[in-house]
Amino acid sequence: MDASLPTTSGHSGAADNILSLRGLTTEFRGRHTRIRANDDLRLAIKRGSTLGIVGESGSGKSVMCRSILRLWPPSIDVHVSGIVEYEGRDLLRLGEEDMRRLRGTELRMVFQNPMTSLNPVWPIGDQVTEGLRLYGGLTKAAARKKAVEMLGRVGIPSPERRVDEYPYQWSGGMLQRAAIAMAMTGSPKLLFADEPTTALDVTIQDQILALLLELQERTGMTLVLVSHDLAVVAETCDRIAVMYAGRIVETAPTREIFSAPRHPYTVGLLRSIPHLSAGARLKPIPGQPPDLAELGPGCPFAPRCIYASPDCATTPVHLAAAGPDHLTACLYPERIGQAAA
Amino acid sequence: MLFLNYIANRLLQMMPVIFGISLVGFFAIHLVPGDPIQIMMHGHASPESVAAARAQLGLDRPLLEQYGRFVMLAVTGDFGQSIVQRQAVGAIVGERVLPTVFLLSYSTVLAILIALPLALISARYSDHLVDHAIRIGGMVGFAMPPFWVGLLLMLFFGLYLRWLPVSGLGNDFADRVRHLLLPSATIALFLAPILVQSLRSAMLEVMTADYIEVARAKGLTPRRILLKHVLRNALIPVITILAVNIGWLLSGAVIVEYVFSYPGLGSLLVRAVSYRDYPVIQGLSIVFGVLVVIVNLMADLSYILVDRRVLKK
Amino acid sequence: MTSLANTAPLSRRLLQQLIEEVRHWPISLKIGTSVLTLIVLAGVFAPWLTPYDPYYQDLLNALQAPSWAHPFGTDMFGRDIFARVLYGIRIDMQIGFFTTYVPLTYGVMLGALAGYHGGWFDAVLMRIIDVAVAFPFLVLIIVIIAILGPGVHNIYVAVFLVAWAMYARLARSEMLVERTKDYVLAARVLGFGSGRIVLAHALPNIISSSIVFSMSDFVLNILLVSGLSFLGLGVQPPAPEWGAMIAEGRDFILDAWWICTLPGLVVVLTGTALSLVGDGLARRLGHNRKSLM
Repeated sequence: MDASLPTTSGHSGAADNILSLRGLTTEFRGRHTRIRANDDLRLAIKRGSTLGIVGESGSGKSVMCRSILRLWPPSIDVHVSGIVEYEGRDLLRLGEEDMRRLRGTELRMVFQNPMTSLNPVWPIGDQVTEGLRLYGGLTKAAARKKAVEMLGRVGIPSPERRVDEYPYQWSGGMLQRAAIAMAMTGSPKLLFADEPTTALDVTIQDQILALLLELQERTGMTLVLVSHDLAVVAETCDRIAVMYAGRIVETAPTREIFSAPRHPYTVGLLRSIPHLSAGARLKPIPGQPPDLAELGPGCPFAPRCIYASPDCATTPVHLAAAGPDHLTACLYPERIGQAAA
Repeated sequence: MLFLNYIANRLLQMMPVIFGISLVGFFAIHLVPGDPIQIMMHGHASPESVAAARAQLGLDRPLLEQYGRFVMLAVTGDFGQSIVQRQAVGAIVGERVLPTVFLLSYSTVLAILIALPLALISARYSDHLVDHAIRIGGMVGFAMPPFWVGLLLMLFFGLYLRWLPVSGLGNDFADRVRHLLLPSATIALFLAPILVQSLRSAMLEVMTADYIEVARAKGLTPRRILLKHVLRNALIPVITILAVNIGWLLSGAVIVEYVFSYPGLGSLLVRAVSYRDYPVIQGLSIVFGVLVVIVNLMADLSYILVDRRVLKK
Repeated sequence: MTSLANTAPLSRRLLQQLIEEVRHWPISLKIGTSVLTLIVLAGVFAPWLTPYDPYYQDLLNALQAPSWAHPFGTDMFGRDIFARVLYGIRIDMQIGFFTTYVPLTYGVMLGALAGYHGGWFDAVLMRIIDVAVAFPFLVLIIVIIAILGPGVHNIYVAVFLVAWAMYARLARSEMLVERTKDYVLAARVLGFGSGRIVLAHALPNIISSSIVFSMSDFVLNILLVSGLSFLGLGVQPPAPEWGAMIAEGRDFILDAWWICTLPGLVVVLTGTALSLVGDGLARRLGHNRKSLM
C-alpha cells in the first residue's frame, strides 16, 4: 500500500513538520449511534518541538493519539479517516506490518496509568526491552544490559538489582519511569504522552515532566503532551492545541494562549484555573460538555459561550488564522474581552 | 524462603477443611438412624455376630475415643474391613484411586480443549452472534444430565457405530485412551459449559487491560500479544476456575463411572451406598476430601510458576 | 398513558405495571419464562393432557415405538411414557424448586448476618462454607443418603444440610460491600436493631446475585434428583421421575431407545429454559456481561 504523499508546500514551515493531520476523523459506530470523537482535525507538529494538547475528558485528545498510532483493536467498531502525514507517508494508509514497525521504533507512546501499563506477571526489564528484542534483534543478555542502562537513564536507583523485579514491587512514579524507558527504546522521533502525570502524586508529577523534557533535549525528539491540566502544559510546551467536543478549537504558541486567547473556551479554561488568593471563588464554565451523539451543525461550544450569537449554533466553523501563528475555530474571536453578547 | 512461607500458609489453611472432612467420614457411621450394624448386615445376622462386628468396629467405646482411634488409623490408611467384601477397605479403595485420577485428568484435558477455543472466540467476538450462539449452546449442554449423555454416547459410538469400546480399562496407554474417550467426553461435556463462561470473563478481563494496549503501542504482533501476554495472564484465572470446579468434576465422575461400569472410586461409592458398606463409605469420603485438598494445593503451587504476586502476602 | 391521578382499580394498575415491566425484559427472559410456564402448566394440567395413568401397566402394549396413540411410546411395562413425563414434571419441578429456594432463604440470611457482624460468627461460618463448597456436592449428598437411606424425604434433608453454603457465601460478599453504604449507616444512627437493618433494609439489595445463581442451582438440583434416582438412591420406582425412567430404559436402550432418550430431552428442555431465565434475569437486574465494547 503506497502511503507516500507528494511533498506539500503552502503552509509556512510545512517542510519542518514531523507530523501533520489533515481532516482526521474518528467515528465510533454503535448499534444505533455514531459518535465522532474526532471531527476533521487539522494540526501541524513542528519537528523537535513540544506540543501540548489540552481538553477536558471526552474532548477527543486521547482518541486522537490512538487514531494517529492506529491502536484501536479490531474488536472495536471504529472508522478513522483523513490524512496523517509522517515523514512523507500517510500513516492511515500504511500496511499493518510497517505501522507496527514504526510503533516499535519511531512513534511511541506513554500512557496514563503506570500501575496497569505493565504486565503484572512479567519482570520489568523484559518488558522494557521486548520491542528491542523484536525489532533490534538483541540477544537476551544484551537486552538485559540495555534494560539496566535504560532504567538508569530514567532515574531508577540500582537498576542492575531492580531490573528483574515485578511491577507489584514498584511505586507508581517508578513504574511511570519504567514506562518512559520502555517508550524510549528504539530512539523514538515522536513521543506521545497521554496524561502521564494524572495518576501520580503532585510531587512526582514534576519529576516525571522534568524527565520527559530532559530526554527530549538529549535526543531531539518531538514531544506531544496530552493533559486536562492547563498548568502542566503551560510549564512544558512551546505550543498548545485546545480541544473541545472532538475538535481542535485553538492552536497557538503557549505564551499567546495565555496572553491573548482567541477562543471563548480557552478563555473559560484560563478563568477556571484556581488562584490561591483568599476569598477567590472558583469560576467554572457554566453548563456541561455536549453529548457527542447530539451535536448540531455549528460550533459545539455555542450553548455555553457567553459571546455567542444565534448563528454560532448553525454555521459550521473551522480553524482559521487569528494571528501569524495562531489558529482559532471561532466565528467572532474579536468579541473576546468585550462585554458578553 | 518466600516459597516455603507460601506453601506452609496454604497447608495451614487446608487444616480446617481436612478436619471437616474427617468429621464427615467419622459421623458417616454414627449418624445412621437405627443400628448401623443391623443395617450393614441387612438383618441377616445373629446377635453374636452383630456384637462381634460392633466390637470389631469399636462402636461400643466412647465417642471421643472412637474419633481418636479413627483419626490415627485413617492417617495410616487403615479404614477397617469392608463388611461386604471382607477385605481391607484401604486395599479396595487404593486400587481404584489411579483409574479415577486418570479419568479425571483425561476429562480435564478434554474439557479444556473444548472450552478454551470457545471461550477465546466468545471473548474476541463478544456480543456478536457467535458469542450468543456459544452461550446458548452452553446452556443446552449444561442442562444435559451426564448419565443420559453417557448412555447416548455409548449407544451411538459404542454400540451403533462400533467405533469405541464402552467399558473396561484397556491394556496399554494408547488403548486406555481409546477406552476412556467416551466416559471422559461425557464428563468433559458436563464441565465445558461452566468453564466456557468463566474463561470468557477471565479473558475479557485480560484483553481489555491497559498493558495489552501498551503492548500494541510497542509494535508487537497480534500473535505475540495473544500468546505471550493475553494467554499467559488468563492462565491464572483458568487455574483458579479449574480448581474451583474440581467438585463438579468428581461429582460427574461418580455418575459416569457408574454408567460405564468403570472400576474407579465413583462406581465404588455407588455400590457401597447400595450395600450400606459403611467402612468403605467412610474411607471414600476421606479419599474424596483429600483429593479436593490435593488439587487445590496443586493449583496454589502452580500459581507460583505463573504469577509472582501470590508470594507478596 | 400515565395520568396524574391514575384512578383505575388496583388490579388494573398492577396489570399495567406488569405489562410495562415485561416489555423491558431481554429476549432470553421472555423465551425462558414462556417455555418454563408451559412446562409447569403441562405438569399441573397433566390429567387433562393425557388419557393415560402413569402407573397403569399394559403389558400387551409394552415397548411400543412413538405413535399417535402413544406420543412418546411405551416402556417395558406398557406404561405410556408421555404421561409419565408429564406427571414427572410435578415431581422434578417440585423437588427442584424446594431444594433450591428453601436453602436460599436461610443461606442468604446466615451469610448476610455473618457479613454484617463479622467477628467469630463470620470466621466460623466461613470455614464451614469453605468445606461445604469445596467438597463435591453429589458425593456429600450420596454420603448423607447412605446414612439416612434413599427416598425423596432424605434428599430434602441432605440438600437442606448442605446447599445453603453457596448462598451464604454470595450474600456475605455482597453484604461486606453493602454495609459500608450510607443508608445502612443512617439506619444504625437511627437506632435500628441489626436484625432489622439486615433483613428489612439491606437484604433486598444484596439478594440479586443469589437469585441469579438460583436458576443455575435449580438446573443442577434437577440433575441431582434425576441423577440420584438414576442410581436408585432417590425417588423410588414406580414413581415417574425422569432420572428413574432413564435408568429403567437402560436395559432396553438398543431396542427401545425412546424410553431413555425422550425423558432426557425433556430434562434438557427444562434446564435450558431455566438457564435462559437466569441469563435474562441477570441482564434485567443489571449484572451485565462483560464485553469488549
